[in-house]
Amino acid sequence: MTPLPPPLEQWFSARGWQMHLHQQAMLERARDPATLLIAPTGGGKTLAGFLPTLVELVTGVHTGFHTLYISPLKALAADIRRNLTGPIAEMHLPIRIEDRTGDTSAHTKRRQRADPPHIMLTTPESLALLTSYEDAPRIFAGLKRVVVDEIHALAESKRGDQLMLSLSRLQALCPDMRRVGLSATVEDPPALARFLADGSARCEILMADPDPDPDITMLETTEPPPWAGSGAAYAIPAVLEQIQRHRSTLIFHNTRAQAEIFFHNLWLANENELPIAIHHGSLDRTQRARVEAAILRGELRAIVCTGTLDLGLDWGDVDLVIQVGAPKNVKRLVQRIGRANHRYNAPSKALLVPANQFEVVECRAALEAMMAHDLDGAPRGPGPRDVLCQHILIRACSGPFSTEELYAEVVRAGPYTNLTRSDFDACVDFCATGGYALRAYDQWRRLQQRADRLWQLRDPRAARLIRMNIGTIQDTDTLKVRMRRAKGGKPLGEIEEAFAATLVPGDTFLIGGQVVRFESLREMVVEVSRDAGRKPRIATFMGTKFATSTQLSKRILRILTEPDWPDLPHHTRAWLHQQRAVSQMPQSGRLLIESFTHEGLEHACIYGFAGRNAMQTLGLLVTKRMEETGLAPLGFVATDYATLIWGLEPLKDAEALLDAKVLRDGLERWLMSNAVMKRTFRASATIAGLIQRNQLHARKSGRQATLSSDILYDTLAKYDPRHLLLEITRQEAMRGLVDFGRIEEMLARISDRITLCRLTKVSPLAAPLLLEAGRIPVQGAAQARLVAEESARLMRAAGLAN
Amino acid sequence: MNSYTFTLAGAGLSALASGALYWPERNLLCVSDLHFGKSERRARLGEPPLPPYETRDTLTRLESDLRRTGATTVICLGDSFDDALAAHALPEAERLWIARFQAGRRWVWITGNHDPGPLELSGTYLAELSSPPLAFRHMAKIGQSGEISGHYHPKARLALKGSSFSRPAFLIDSDRVILPAYGTYTGGLWSDDDTLSGLMRAEAIAVLTGPMVHALPMPRSRAHRSGRS
Repeated sequence: MTPLPPPLEQWFSARGWQMHLHQQAMLERARDPATLLIAPTGGGKTLAGFLPTLVELVTGVHTGFHTLYISPLKALAADIRRNLTGPIAEMHLPIRIEDRTGDTSAHTKRRQRADPPHIMLTTPESLALLTSYEDAPRIFAGLKRVVVDEIHALAESKRGDQLMLSLSRLQALCPDMRRVGLSATVEDPPALARFLADGSARCEILMADPDPDPDITMLETTEPPPWAGSGAAYAIPAVLEQIQRHRSTLIFHNTRAQAEIFFHNLWLANENELPIAIHHGSLDRTQRARVEAAILRGELRAIVCTGTLDLGLDWGDVDLVIQVGAPKNVKRLVQRIGRANHRYNAPSKALLVPANQFEVVECRAALEAMMAHDLDGAPRGPGPRDVLCQHILIRACSGPFSTEELYAEVVRAGPYTNLTRSDFDACVDFCATGGYALRAYDQWRRLQQRADRLWQLRDPRAARLIRMNIGTIQDTDTLKVRMRRAKGGKPLGEIEEAFAATLVPGDTFLIGGQVVRFESLREMVVEVSRDAGRKPRIATFMGTKFATSTQLSKRILRILTEPDWPDLPHHTRAWLHQQRAVSQMPQSGRLLIESFTHEGLEHACIYGFAGRNAMQTLGLLVTKRMEETGLAPLGFVATDYATLIWGLEPLKDAEALLDAKVLRDGLERWLMSNAVMKRTFRASATIAGLIQRNQLHARKSGRQATLSSDILYDTLAKYDPRHLLLEITRQEAMRGLVDFGRIEEMLARISDRITLCRLTKVSPLAAPLLLEAGRIPVQGAAQARLVAEESARLMRAAGLAN
Repeated sequence: MNSYTFTLAGAGLSALASGALYWPERNLLCVSDLHFGKSERRARLGEPPLPPYETRDTLTRLESDLRRTGATTVICLGDSFDDALAAHALPEAERLWIARFQAGRRWVWITGNHDPGPLELSGTYLAELSSPPLAFRHMAKIGQSGEISGHYHPKARLALKGSSFSRPAFLIDSDRVILPAYGTYTGGLWSDDDTLSGLMRAEAIAVLTGPMVHALPMPRSRAHRSGRS
């Protein structure tokens, strides 16, 4: 057993503490090239990651940079600094520890480059920026260890891919650098270990003892949940009662809009005036900070929140977690529930609140999956090339490079081990010239090759622009919202620009729990006034909704095909029996389509269970096909389990519509011109450096960025359809918003087995879709008519019509 | 034809869905803000290399408008080139393409702020062109009437149920027309910007371009909602 050096040993024993087994194991493995520690929330994970560093620094022999700590959140880096600084001071250790994030002052940043601390706490983006400096080799000289916190969260996004590329760069600068990853429970630890490892080097996996199973139940009310919707207003009295009975409750929602609406309703019903606050990513920073401080002081009885509270920040004494709305993903549910009783080895207490009848089944499926420790997750596929393009530009900023060496470095990053040389070269070519089939303005290439075959920036001044645009986070363009006052009123938060564009003066919406009235849009700021009305006229934020995971969808299908449902509330049970009586139950290996007439329109309901995004894409593809074959579709709406289409003609031949080849052709032929694909393109083009979010002078307004990226997309699709960025866009369309991969998965599962059921009226499972928000009109003829009608109406109203 | 017809200072005009303005009586086609060579200029300034197809794309659309109208006079209302160097760097094929358009036509390049002086392409270079009752210039001047100008790249939006629809647009009132930008890589200025709302009369309309033209009362800024008297 590796003994602790005296100061640490004394510190532990003075508190009557003992090292956890996994903390001990981390010390034993301190010399390993890479280690992945998987431990539940509150398991002393962070200390386990830092112990080897403290041991190595205790003697004061090491000078300069020793350990780099990376977390997905700035706030987490600051949190960890505070938590480490205390013990380090108490033990009188000769260790300097600092954070470096977007919030660090320019002065401090400069000093840190000249004289790095022993331990630096930072984020993937700040690290990428550090590696872009010409003096990077000097800054990182002596670096021994890297600790990646919450690596499970980073590995799910491009931020993680970028981080692994940065680590490969660091490894080249500091060959004996060792890596540690700290992770919450994940479904595939070996995949995460490969993600973290340096090329084919070893990465051991350490599993700490798991948490005891949580005490988790589904809220059952006598009043049944509504058929559709996501507000869960029916559950407000029951939730208030739970808040009364606990010290501190976290109430998670899947979207900001849901959180806003729920908080509003909760507040209206809060007769005892319990201190309850709301916290989500769109609120103004000062407001968020105020809520965070109140949480830490234990002043709040409940916080209504979204994913911003998901990660490892310490929120103190939470003894109940409520999840409103079906958890679309079991892994996220497990991590959220870990927020309660943030103590090692104590069972967490949690309550699921289904927002509608179908979510009762979803919640049941999630409960079963949790108890079976069956976590969901999809393999992420090869490292995205847009991130690689940005990495190449970052590398160019730090000085001339050889493509041979850079390629060798890149394929040592876990996500890029299978990258071919020709794919790599295409990315270099894109960075250098744009990679267009038409070779134009060749003398103005961004990267050029010197006589010694090294590549460099043609114009070294370009480095500044590249640095300003580092990062892979694609926050949607948002506008600040503030109260209208003579001298600029109180900032309230942000709303999406696309949402703001639909507002007309007088519209009311919710933000930060209050109803406000839209007044005007001035210089990219939305001005609002207070509104006494209790009911907002339109929903907040459009937002993206999570799609139910593949694994959870399978479980739901399995539950639906059971002969009876004694565990479900009686109203849900009766609803499902009714479905079986008038139609059929959807099955995993067969696609059920119901067709019926309702209010004079023909309807078709496709039970694909492929998740919201894929079901929406399916709706786009199928309605397009229906339009071509004269079925005159008028619109559709998609949920996680089904797509409902309405139109003028009944559906008679389902096989032809759902033919895999037809759908794939549709994706290639015309979905490419869809707005969702353009959004996917915009994200990749921004990451790859074709579009710059930040300009030297002012931030380009989001509106203009939208316009120009759409034009660039159309131009490429027309004149250069095989361009690298379009290839990347097609690849991205397999997941995310388009999620075509889930349609493929569904087609493989049903393999041509389709049941078309003609009903005399709407079925119980289809009925909720009639009430579902987010109906999408079929583009083309219908929209043109709408625009023509609306402009004619306005002309008449203004007295300008002929 | 897919267009919006109206009268300015007694001249019958058509705002085409493509963003060009046609004057049938003179068989005259007017386009504004072509911004040829924008991607070349951006690359030269060290910005990311944009797809170099915008000149081609703009010329393709211009060709189709020339064929459809059979116009014998063409007026390019300024900012035809992103800058003088961009005009110089125009590839041979695109230069010849323009020369083919010019054959048998009267061709006027109005100078703009991006392309202030005469360039090496043939055609007549003018700061303004007076063709009574109309006057063609790059940038609108307050107090003029019968004026055709460009420069601002106006666009307008229409709020539909729960979504919004926006397009480059002609702005038209009884004094002037401001043309939308015709070039492929051109951003735009909202009609409700103070500058545009200040220039246009209260009864101004916006004609949205695109697959179909749509005329609507010009959306304007709050400060100018009551309109210029």
